[in-house]
Amino acid sequence: MTASTDAAIVKLEDVHLSFGQTQVLKGIDLTINKGDAVSIIGPSGSGKSTILRCINALVTPQSGKITVAGTRVDQLTKESERIQLRKRVGIVFQQYNLFPHLTVLDNIVLAPIKILGADKTATVKLARELLEKVRLSEKADAYPGQLSGGQQQRVAIARALAMKPELVLFDEVTSALDPETVGEVLWVIRDLIRDGMTSILVTHEMRFAEEISDTVVFTENGRIVDHGSPQQIFHSTNNPRIRQFVGGLSGGGRGAVRDGEGI
Amino acid sequence: MSMAVTQTPKTTKTSSRVLRYVGFVAMPLLVVVWSLVDLSLGKELVEWIPYLASGFSMNILITLCAVTLGTTAGVLLGLMQLAPFWFVRLPAQIYVQIFRNAPALVLIFATTYIFPFEIVLFGNYLPFPDWVKAVIGLAILSSAYIAEITRGAVLSIPTTQWEATKGLGFSRLQALRYVILPQCVRRSLPPWMNVASSMAMGTSLASLVGVHELMHAATDASTAVRRLDFTIIAYVVVMAAFFTLCYPIARLTRRLEQRFNAG
Ligand SMILES: Nc1ncnc2c1ncn2[C@@H]1O[C@H](COP(=O)(O)OP(=O)(O)OP(=O)(O)O)[C@@H](O)[C@H]1O
Ligand SMILES: [Mg+2]
Repeated sequence: MTASTDAAIVKLEDVHLSFGQTQVLKGIDLTINKGDAVSIIGPSGSGKSTILRCINALVTPQSGKITVAGTRVDQLTKESERIQLRKRVGIVFQQYNLFPHLTVLDNIVLAPIKILGADKTATVKLARELLEKVRLSEKADAYPGQLSGGQQQRVAIARALAMKPELVLFDEVTSALDPETVGEVLWVIRDLIRDGMTSILVTHEMRFAEEISDTVVFTENGRIVDHGSPQQIFHSTNNPRIRQFVGGLSGGGRGAVRDGEGI
Repeated sequence: MSMAVTQTPKTTKTSSRVLRYVGFVAMPLLVVVWSLVDLSLGKELVEWIPYLASGFSMNILITLCAVTLGTTAGVLLGLMQLAPFWFVRLPAQIYVQIFRNAPALVLIFATTYIFPFEIVLFGNYLPFPDWVKAVIGLAILSSAYIAEITRGAVLSIPTTQWEATKGLGFSRLQALRYVILPQCVRRSLPPWMNVASSMAMGTSLASLVGVHELMHAATDASTAVRRLDFTIIAYVVVMAAFFTLCYPIARLTRRLEQRFNAG
């Protein structure tokens, strides 16, 4: 990773975390610069989601330092302090989790207006711009139940962006989607990254990760086994486990077929 | 008086049409025809109608007060039962467990004889009328039922909804207020309607502690007139009146349900 620590927006140093007896993170070191797109790949249960949850204080590690946008996350003791952090860090989940009782537009404006106290007119305007960005302008008044999975996930991304976050975490946001709708969601994320949004993605879409990432991180068994440019991780690694993992996934055609064409 | 709160109403279209027919057509028709066939009976009835109506207004008043009070207290108690702190949770749990299984009549007797007939407020003696005590008795019962309904509804909301609010920087209370409770309203409407109807029926128990409500008025009337046919017809009027009290509750609930379903 680049040497300039001034630009670091996320910094994890020797982070250890266990749930009860289970050690989940066994010393994670990770530095992410402002404007970077970082993909975290690795086998199931290796701790990818847990790393994201540490970054926005949904879980607290037992030891280690976590700095996010100038805040020492590991030192936050009060829930109210963690809430302050979460307002600045967007997260999008695998199960988009839209609020089913609200229209698409209301889903997007609820948190900015009620939680940040943002101006209503300005927020609605922002929400409409975001809907345009995720290509769902015509769905503003629809309810989540009337949308496809891909459409719902794009609304969830717009909802996270409406908080004007300093970085966005994506946790396998395409894993629950029908293959046909994966592309439209990746398209939106690609756009976002091109606009310079700092993004951390946990993903199984290898082709996509290779295309958009500045850095790829491979996790296994609670450790970061390797990290580097997409070229390094996907094509010139010496680590047999990574080769096997990457080969196994893209060889199966999932990433290769889903991504790329028509988007 | 059965308090069939746990039963969810599954009135099919035909059976509700039959009910409506009996309540709004058959019973009034019986009263009118019988009064016309035997004019002396009709005359008695017309004389006593204002007295019966004054009693019935008391049933409406008690129902409205008990349901309003019971719903407010019940929602609060239901949320208290889910509080993370035991000193909030425990009192609510004890309250609900005790009163949920108490017969309405016992509660009405208890409140009637435990509370004084007047209260001293800033040196003034204020009367504490029996109907208010009946309201309190029924409100206690309905609050215990509604607490359980509220608790169940909140627990039925998927945890992913909580997760989504957390990621957006909601506090627990903000999540409840803006996301969880609005979704509970629709789920709680049918059982809430059952409680409200039960309370409407339960108001007749207040006659046993001397509240001048419809049952009491009908008993007064039949004692004064001393005619079997009058007694029968007076109680048919009572039945029709209770029907008109409960029917709008059912209609209103169904209307609300449809409105929420559309969303
Ligand atoms: N709240 C929790 N309580 C107990 N164990 C947990 C909890 N959350 C995660 N774990 C465990 O921690 C380990 C890492 O979980 P994590 O969700 O971070 O993995 P992951 O890399 O995201 O996997 P996947 O690709 O399946 O999403 C798993 O073994 C999981 O069972
Ligand atoms: Mg995961």
